[in-house]
Amino acid sequence: MSAITLTLNEELVTARQGQTILEVAREHSIHIPTLCYLEGLEEMGGCRLCMVEVQGSARPVPACITKAQEGMVVATDSETITEYRRMIVELLLAERNHTCAVCVQNGSCELQTLAARLGVDHVRFDYLHQQLSMDASRERFALDHNRCVLCLRCVRTCDAVEGAHTWDVRGRGVTSRIVADLDRPWGESVSCTDCGKCVQLCPTGALFRKGATVGEMVKEREFLMRLLERRRAIQGRQS
Amino acid sequence: MSEHHEHTVLADDPRLKLVDRAMKRLQYQPDALIEVLHTAQESFGFLSRELLAHVAACLKLPESQVFGVATFYHFFTLRPKGEHSCIVCTGTACYVKGSGEIVHRLEKELQVRAGQTTADGKLSLGTARCLGNCSLAPMLTIDDQVFGPETPIGAETKVRQLLEGSDDKS
Ligand code: SF4
Ligand code: SF4
Ligand code: FES
Repeated sequence: MSAITLTLNEELVTARQGQTILEVAREHSIHIPTLCYLEGLEEMGGCRLCMVEVQGSARPVPACITKAQEGMVVATDSETITEYRRMIVELLLAERNHTCAVCVQNGSCELQTLAARLGVDHVRFDYLHQQLSMDASRERFALDHNRCVLCLRCVRTCDAVEGAHTWDVRGRGVTSRIVADLDRPWGESVSCTDCGKCVQLCPTGALFRKGATVGEMVKEREFLMRLLERRRAIQGRQS
Repeated sequence: MSEHHEHTVLADDPRLKLVDRAMKRLQYQPDALIEVLHTAQESFGFLSRELLAHVAACLKLPESQVFGVATFYHFFTLRPKGEHSCIVCTGTACYVKGSGEIVHRLEKELQVRAGQTTADGKLSLGTARCLGNCSLAPMLTIDDQVFGPETPIGAETKVRQLLEGSDDKS
């Protein structure tokens, strides 16, 4: 693994070939906001909150899927970038119904935290006021589409970590929805093992434990890296 | 997993055989999904849940993934467009025996183009390249019934009877 040097927020840093800008930034304790990214899951570059400026590139690039390169000059923050990030959060808020005051995730929601951190105090876009459904057909968990930001963490973890691939996305654009199996009620899903991984990794209150009241849902994420490490160890033993 | 799929609804349907043949030809490769769905859409005029479940099981793909692909592309429809559907086989054997004239007559008399639905939403007319019943050439399906050998007039009469029948009921 060869080392490379790049400039990150005006500081010269070294990184390993193949690392993404986001990974390098985190190693150097530089914060880049993210939403769809979650360490341990395959990156998808969907939400674009992690956009950074790279010298010589006409457009900002998503840090979570852009590899660091020798000589790169990266700025993780600027007025323009902050403005874009705010717009993304505002668009997410305007698209569905994020009513924090009645949400189980209030206080530990990643979308809420992002909005606060970026200083989003109003939404400049018209709310779509979509009346989306809630699927409470499963015994222990429920899905409220109103709070879903389509980060696809649930899809990715159910596929790659649990191996069930219960979730996927239906449709496209503003009509996209998370669906279980052939768009069945989750409670009737034949593929779901009820493991709860998707619930724990969902950044908002879209997936939650039934019975939790406002602000009560605290999600435990550590299991993901633990599990992947265990799996690597087992594979090492087998080979 | 397969015991959950309601294959019985589809068994013996010539339209299904066309889909099964396509999957076999593509060696049940999961990445042949879009091509298989194309065949399915053309043979049935729409993709039912049972059909999607069947394709998912045969290609060993998660149902949600198949559903995602089927709803992403505008080419696919999940509900029958017309109340009834008539699919005329235009495979080589049927074509040679005059299925082109059947399509032509139906298009003209019922005022609908192949691949489309009548203005009143009663009938979707479609064509498929070989429904695999060459001994019945020229053959066609009306909803889930198979007819053949069929004539242009015969086909028109059957479709008209069906449409009038559904008028009486409503
Ligand atoms: S509970 Fe587990 S198996 Fe069920 S959808 Fe969530 S991650 Fe998949
Ligand atoms: S349900 Fe949660 S994890 Fe799944 S896409 Fe929506 S916000 Fe992301
Ligand atoms: S975190 Fe990079 S695109 Fe979502």
